[in-house]
Amino acid sequence: MAQTQVNPTRMELTRLKNKLRTAQRGHKLLKDKRDELMRQFLDLVRVNKSLREKVEASIKDCNRNFVLAKAGMNAEGLNVALMAPKQEVYLESSKKNVMSVEVPEFTYKTRTSDTNDIYSYGFAFTSSDLDGAVKSIADILPDMLRLAECEKSCQLMATEIEKTRRRVNALEHVMIPQTQESIRYITMKLDEAERSTQTRLMKVKDMMLEQAHSYSEKEDTMAEHHIEIE
Amino acid sequence: MYKIAVMGDRDSIYGFAAVGLEPFPITDADEAASKLRELADGNYAVIYITEALAAKLEKEINHYSERMLPAIILIPGISGNTGKGIQAVKRSVEQAVGSDIIFGNE
Repeated sequence: MAQTQVNPTRMELTRLKNKLRTAQRGHKLLKDKRDELMRQFLDLVRVNKSLREKVEASIKDCNRNFVLAKAGMNAEGLNVALMAPKQEVYLESSKKNVMSVEVPEFTYKTRTSDTNDIYSYGFAFTSSDLDGAVKSIADILPDMLRLAECEKSCQLMATEIEKTRRRVNALEHVMIPQTQESIRYITMKLDEAERSTQTRLMKVKDMMLEQAHSYSEKEDTMAEHHIEIE
Repeated sequence: MYKIAVMGDRDSIYGFAAVGLEPFPITDADEAASKLRELADGNYAVIYITEALAAKLEKEINHYSERMLPAIILIPGISGNTGKGIQAVKRSVEQAVGSDIIFGNE
Protein backbone atom coordinates (compact mmCIF):
# COMPACT_ATOMS: atom_id res chain seq x y z
CA MET A 1 0.00 0.00 0.00
CA ALA A 2 0.97 3.59 -0.35
CA GLN A 3 2.95 5.14 2.37
CA THR A 4 0.55 7.27 4.32
CA GLN A 5 2.80 10.28 4.48
CA VAL A 6 4.11 11.56 1.18
CA ASN A 7 4.29 15.16 0.17
CA PRO A 8 2.54 15.53 -3.17
CA THR A 9 5.17 17.81 -4.64
CA ARG A 10 7.13 17.69 -7.84
CA MET A 11 10.36 17.39 -5.95
CA GLU A 12 9.12 14.35 -4.09
CA LEU A 13 7.90 12.86 -7.36
CA THR A 14 11.32 13.22 -8.96
CA ARG A 15 12.94 11.73 -5.90
CA LEU A 16 10.58 8.76 -5.91
CA LYS A 17 11.05 8.19 -9.62
CA ASN A 18 14.80 8.04 -9.11
CA LYS A 19 14.32 5.69 -6.22
CA LEU A 20 12.14 3.42 -8.32
CA ARG A 21 14.67 3.36 -11.11
CA THR A 22 17.44 2.40 -8.68
CA ALA A 23 15.26 -0.23 -7.04
CA GLN A 24 14.36 -1.82 -10.36
CA ARG A 25 17.95 -1.89 -11.46
CA GLY A 26 19.05 -3.34 -8.13
CA HIS A 27 16.33 -5.93 -8.34
CA LYS A 28 17.43 -7.06 -11.76
CA LEU A 29 21.07 -7.29 -10.72
CA LEU A 30 20.30 -9.15 -7.51
CA LYS A 31 18.07 -11.56 -9.37
CA ASP A 32 20.87 -12.31 -11.81
CA LYS A 33 23.24 -12.77 -8.91
CA ARG A 34 20.87 -15.15 -7.21
CA ASP A 35 20.37 -17.23 -10.33
CA GLU A 36 24.07 -17.53 -11.03
CA LEU A 37 24.89 -18.32 -7.41
CA MET A 38 22.22 -20.96 -7.40
CA ARG A 39 23.57 -22.58 -10.54
CA GLN A 40 27.08 -22.74 -9.16
CA PHE A 41 25.83 -23.85 -5.78
CA LEU A 42 23.94 -26.79 -7.24
CA ASP A 43 26.99 -27.91 -9.19
CA LEU A 44 29.14 -27.62 -6.11
CA VAL A 45 26.73 -29.35 -3.82
CA ARG A 46 26.57 -32.36 -6.13
CA VAL A 47 30.35 -32.58 -5.99
CA ASN A 48 30.17 -32.14 -2.25
CA LYS A 49 27.72 -34.99 -1.93
CA SER A 50 29.74 -37.47 -3.94
CA LEU A 51 32.97 -36.45 -2.21
CA ARG A 52 31.39 -36.87 1.18
CA GLU A 53 30.06 -40.29 0.33
CA LYS A 54 33.48 -41.31 -0.90
CA VAL A 55 35.31 -39.93 2.13
CA GLU A 56 32.87 -41.45 4.58
CA ALA A 57 33.25 -44.86 2.97
CA SER A 58 37.05 -44.58 3.01
CA ILE A 59 37.13 -43.47 6.61
CA LYS A 60 35.05 -46.45 7.49
CA ASP A 61 37.62 -48.68 5.80
CA CYS A 62 40.42 -46.89 7.61
CA ASN A 63 38.77 -47.41 10.94
CA ARG A 64 38.35 -51.07 10.17
CA ASN A 65 42.04 -51.30 9.31
CA PHE A 66 42.98 -49.56 12.53
CA VAL A 67 40.85 -51.88 14.60
CA LEU A 68 42.60 -54.80 12.95
CA ALA A 69 45.97 -53.24 13.59
CA LYS A 70 45.08 -52.64 17.20
CA ALA A 71 43.98 -56.21 17.59
CA GLY A 72 47.32 -57.39 16.30
CA MET A 73 49.49 -55.52 18.79
CA ASN A 74 49.34 -54.15 22.31
CA ALA A 75 48.03 -50.68 23.11
CA GLU A 76 51.35 -49.33 24.40
CA GLY A 77 53.11 -50.43 21.27
CA LEU A 78 50.54 -48.70 19.15
CA ASN A 79 50.71 -45.49 21.17
CA VAL A 80 54.46 -45.42 20.97
CA ALA A 81 54.39 -46.08 17.26
CA LEU A 82 52.14 -43.13 16.56
CA MET A 83 53.40 -40.83 19.30
CA ALA A 84 55.91 -38.87 17.28
CA PRO A 85 54.68 -38.34 13.75
CA LYS A 86 57.36 -37.58 11.20
CA GLN A 87 55.06 -36.06 8.68
CA GLU A 88 53.25 -32.76 9.04
CA VAL A 89 50.69 -31.15 6.78
CA TYR A 90 50.53 -27.41 6.24
CA LEU A 91 47.70 -25.69 4.52
CA GLU A 92 47.88 -22.65 2.35
CA SER A 93 44.53 -20.95 2.08
CA SER A 94 43.68 -18.48 -0.64
CA LYS A 95 40.42 -16.73 -1.34
CA LYS A 96 38.37 -17.26 -4.43
CA ASN A 97 35.61 -14.86 -5.30
CA VAL A 98 32.44 -16.53 -6.56
CA MET A 99 29.79 -13.89 -7.26
CA SER A 100 31.03 -11.76 -4.37
CA VAL A 101 31.14 -14.70 -1.99
CA GLU A 102 34.63 -15.35 -0.74
CA VAL A 103 35.29 -19.04 -0.61
CA PRO A 104 38.52 -20.64 0.57
CA GLU A 105 40.83 -22.63 -1.63
CA PHE A 106 43.26 -24.92 0.06
CA THR A 107 46.58 -26.11 -1.19
CA TYR A 108 48.45 -28.36 1.10
CA LYS A 109 52.10 -29.00 1.66
CA THR A 110 53.71 -31.79 3.56
CA ARG A 111 56.77 -31.17 5.64
CA THR A 112 58.79 -33.76 3.83
CA SER A 113 58.23 -34.86 0.30
CA ASP A 114 58.99 -38.49 1.09
CA THR A 115 55.71 -40.41 1.02
CA ASN A 116 57.19 -43.03 3.33
CA ASP A 117 57.41 -40.52 6.14
CA ILE A 118 53.89 -41.34 7.17
CA TYR A 119 55.33 -44.38 8.94
CA SER A 120 56.63 -42.87 12.13
CA TYR A 121 57.90 -46.12 13.56
CA GLY A 122 60.28 -48.90 12.94
CA PHE A 123 58.73 -51.89 11.26
CA ALA A 124 60.18 -54.40 13.69
CA PHE A 125 57.66 -54.12 16.52
CA THR A 126 54.47 -53.21 14.77
CA SER A 127 52.00 -55.33 12.90
CA SER A 128 51.81 -55.03 9.16
CA ASP A 129 48.11 -54.14 9.49
CA LEU A 130 49.17 -50.82 10.96
CA ASP A 131 51.15 -50.00 7.82
CA GLY A 132 48.08 -50.67 5.74
CA ALA A 133 45.88 -48.59 8.02
CA VAL A 134 48.23 -45.63 7.98
CA LYS A 135 48.57 -45.90 4.23
CA SER A 136 44.81 -45.90 3.77
CA ILE A 137 44.50 -42.72 5.82
CA ALA A 138 47.25 -41.04 3.83
CA ASP A 139 45.40 -41.98 0.65
CA ILE A 140 42.18 -40.25 1.59
CA LEU A 141 43.83 -37.10 2.89
CA PRO A 142 43.66 -35.21 -0.44
CA ASP A 143 39.99 -36.09 -0.75
CA MET A 144 39.34 -34.98 2.80
CA LEU A 145 40.89 -31.61 2.11
CA ARG A 146 38.89 -31.21 -1.06
CA LEU A 147 35.81 -32.10 0.91
CA ALA A 148 36.65 -29.42 3.46
CA GLU A 149 37.07 -26.83 0.74
CA CYS A 150 33.92 -27.89 -1.06
CA GLU A 151 31.72 -28.15 1.98
CA LYS A 152 32.82 -24.81 3.37
CA SER A 153 32.14 -23.17 0.02
CA CYS A 154 28.70 -24.72 -0.01
CA GLN A 155 27.94 -23.38 3.45
CA LEU A 156 29.08 -19.89 2.60
CA MET A 157 27.22 -19.85 -0.69
CA ALA A 158 24.05 -21.14 0.92
CA THR A 159 24.12 -18.26 3.39
CA GLU A 160 24.71 -15.77 0.61
CA ILE A 161 21.93 -17.19 -1.55
CA GLU A 162 19.52 -16.93 1.34
CA LYS A 163 20.49 -13.30 1.91
CA THR A 164 20.23 -12.43 -1.78
CA ARG A 165 16.87 -14.14 -2.09
CA ARG A 166 15.52 -12.11 0.80
CA ARG A 167 16.74 -8.91 -0.77
CA VAL A 168 15.22 -9.78 -4.14
CA ASN A 169 11.89 -10.55 -2.50
CA ALA A 170 11.94 -7.41 -0.40
CA LEU A 171 12.56 -5.30 -3.47
CA GLU A 172 10.08 -7.14 -5.64
CA HIS A 173 7.19 -7.36 -3.22
CA VAL A 174 7.62 -4.39 -0.90
CA MET A 175 9.92 -1.67 -2.07
CA ILE A 176 8.97 -1.43 -5.76
CA PRO A 177 5.15 -1.66 -5.37
CA GLN A 178 5.26 0.83 -2.54
CA THR A 179 7.21 3.36 -4.55
CA GLN A 180 4.98 2.87 -7.58
CA GLU A 181 1.94 3.42 -5.41
CA SER A 182 3.39 6.63 -4.00
CA ILE A 183 4.26 7.86 -7.48
CA ARG A 184 0.72 7.18 -8.65
CA TYR A 185 -0.66 9.02 -5.63
CA ILE A 186 1.50 12.08 -6.25
CA THR A 187 0.74 12.14 -9.96
CA MET A 188 -2.97 12.01 -9.29
CA LYS A 189 -2.72 14.68 -6.64
CA LEU A 190 -0.76 16.95 -8.96
CA ASP A 191 -3.19 16.40 -11.85
CA GLU A 192 -6.06 17.18 -9.59
CA ALA A 193 -4.38 20.39 -8.45
CA GLU A 194 -3.79 21.36 -12.06
CA ARG A 195 -7.41 20.80 -13.00
CA SER A 196 -8.60 22.80 -10.06
CA THR A 197 -6.33 25.71 -11.02
CA GLN A 198 -7.58 25.49 -14.57
CA THR A 199 -11.24 25.73 -13.56
CA ARG A 200 -10.49 28.50 -11.14
CA LEU A 201 -8.77 30.49 -13.86
CA MET A 202 -11.67 29.99 -16.25
CA LYS A 203 -14.06 31.17 -13.60
CA VAL A 204 -11.94 34.21 -12.83
CA LYS A 205 -11.69 35.01 -16.49
CA ASP A 206 -15.47 34.90 -16.82
CA MET A 207 -15.86 37.17 -13.85
CA MET A 208 -13.33 39.66 -15.18
CA LEU A 209 -14.99 39.75 -18.60
CA GLU A 210 -18.30 40.24 -16.94
CA GLN A 211 -16.90 43.17 -15.05
CA ALA A 212 -15.32 44.75 -18.08
CA HIS A 213 -18.20 44.45 -20.54
CA SER A 214 -21.15 43.80 -18.23
CA TYR A 215 -22.57 41.12 -20.54
CA SER A 216 -25.42 40.16 -18.28
CA GLU A 217 -26.96 43.62 -18.28
CA LYS A 218 -26.79 43.66 -22.06
CA GLU A 219 -28.38 40.29 -22.21
CA ASP A 220 -31.19 41.53 -20.02
CA THR A 221 -31.87 44.48 -22.26
CA MET A 222 -31.64 42.25 -25.31
CA ALA A 223 -34.19 39.94 -23.80
CA GLU A 224 -36.53 42.84 -23.09
CA HIS A 225 -36.05 43.97 -26.66
CA HIS A 226 -37.11 40.61 -27.99
CA ILE A 227 -40.23 40.60 -25.96
CA GLU A 228 -41.15 44.03 -27.21
CA ILE A 229 -40.66 42.99 -30.83
CA GLU A 230 -42.83 40.00 -30.38
CA MET B 1 50.49 -21.21 6.95
CA TYR B 2 47.62 -23.09 8.53
CA LYS B 3 47.40 -26.40 10.31
CA ILE B 4 44.69 -29.04 10.41
CA ALA B 5 43.10 -30.36 13.58
CA VAL B 6 41.07 -33.48 14.27
CA MET B 7 38.79 -33.68 17.29
CA GLY B 8 36.92 -36.64 18.65
CA ASP B 9 37.28 -39.73 20.75
CA ARG B 10 40.76 -41.21 20.86
CA ASP B 11 40.07 -44.38 18.98
CA SER B 12 38.55 -42.58 16.02
CA ILE B 13 41.28 -40.10 15.44
CA TYR B 14 44.69 -41.34 16.51
CA GLY B 15 45.40 -42.65 13.03
CA PHE B 16 45.32 -39.14 11.60
CA ALA B 17 48.38 -38.23 13.61
CA ALA B 18 50.50 -40.41 11.39
CA VAL B 19 49.79 -38.39 8.27
CA GLY B 20 50.47 -35.07 9.95
CA LEU B 21 47.14 -33.82 11.22
CA GLU B 22 46.96 -32.77 14.84
CA PRO B 23 44.69 -34.97 16.92
CA PHE B 24 42.89 -33.61 19.99
CA PRO B 25 41.28 -36.53 21.79
CA ILE B 26 38.30 -35.07 23.65
CA THR B 27 34.93 -36.53 24.52
CA ASP B 28 33.61 -34.06 27.08
CA ALA B 29 31.27 -31.47 25.56
CA ASP B 30 32.37 -28.44 27.60
CA GLU B 31 36.01 -29.18 27.16
CA ALA B 32 35.46 -29.70 23.45
CA ALA B 33 33.63 -26.41 23.13
CA SER B 34 36.46 -24.42 24.66
CA LYS B 35 39.02 -26.35 22.65
CA LEU B 36 37.09 -25.67 19.47
CA ARG B 37 37.05 -21.96 20.19
CA GLU B 38 40.76 -22.03 20.88
CA LEU B 39 41.50 -23.87 17.65
CA ALA B 40 39.17 -21.73 15.54
CA ASP B 41 40.81 -18.53 16.71
CA GLY B 42 44.20 -20.11 16.38
CA ASN B 43 46.05 -21.16 13.34
CA TYR B 44 43.77 -23.89 12.08
CA ALA B 45 42.06 -23.70 8.70
CA VAL B 46 40.31 -27.05 8.80
CA ILE B 47 38.95 -28.81 11.87
CA TYR B 48 37.61 -32.31 11.45
CA ILE B 49 35.21 -33.37 14.17
CA THR B 50 33.71 -36.80 14.63
CA GLU B 51 29.96 -36.91 14.24
CA ALA B 52 29.49 -38.18 17.77
CA LEU B 53 31.30 -35.20 19.27
CA ALA B 54 29.74 -32.74 16.84
CA ALA B 55 26.29 -33.74 18.03
CA LYS B 56 27.16 -32.18 21.39
CA LEU B 57 28.62 -29.03 19.88
CA GLU B 58 25.95 -27.99 17.44
CA LYS B 59 25.75 -24.40 18.67
CA GLU B 60 29.48 -23.79 18.59
CA ILE B 61 29.79 -25.29 15.13
CA ASN B 62 26.95 -23.18 13.72
CA HIS B 63 28.68 -20.16 15.15
CA TYR B 64 31.53 -20.65 12.69
CA SER B 65 29.46 -21.57 9.66
CA GLU B 66 29.43 -18.03 8.29
CA ARG B 67 33.13 -17.39 8.70
CA MET B 68 35.47 -18.25 5.89
CA LEU B 69 37.91 -19.99 8.19
CA PRO B 70 37.99 -22.43 9.83
CA ALA B 71 36.08 -25.03 7.87
CA ILE B 72 34.54 -27.40 10.38
CA ILE B 73 33.92 -30.74 8.74
CA LEU B 74 32.18 -33.73 10.25
CA ILE B 75 33.71 -37.16 9.77
CA PRO B 76 32.32 -40.50 10.85
CA GLY B 77 33.93 -41.90 13.99
CA ILE B 78 34.85 -45.44 14.84
CA SER B 79 31.35 -46.15 16.13
CA GLY B 80 29.97 -45.80 12.63
CA ASN B 81 28.31 -43.34 10.37
CA THR B 82 25.39 -41.51 11.97
CA GLY B 83 24.49 -39.61 8.81
CA LYS B 84 25.04 -36.28 10.50
CA GLY B 85 27.67 -35.24 8.00
CA ILE B 86 25.44 -35.68 5.01
CA GLN B 87 22.68 -34.04 7.01
CA ALA B 88 24.77 -30.88 7.19
CA VAL B 89 25.08 -30.81 3.40
CA LYS B 90 21.36 -31.36 3.14
CA ARG B 91 20.75 -28.46 5.45
CA SER B 92 22.76 -26.06 3.33
CA VAL B 93 20.76 -27.14 0.28
CA GLU B 94 17.58 -26.45 2.17
CA GLN B 95 18.87 -23.09 3.26
CA ALA B 96 19.76 -22.09 -0.27
CA VAL B 97 16.99 -23.58 -2.34
CA GLY B 98 14.17 -23.63 0.17
CA SER B 99 13.60 -27.34 -0.12
CA ASP B 100 15.78 -30.35 -0.52
CA ILE B 101 16.19 -31.17 -4.19
CA ILE B 102 19.44 -33.11 -4.17
CA PHE B 103 18.83 -35.78 -1.57
CA GLY B 104 15.10 -35.89 -2.12
CA ASN B 105 14.74 -39.57 -2.89
CA GLU B 106 16.97 -40.94 -0.15
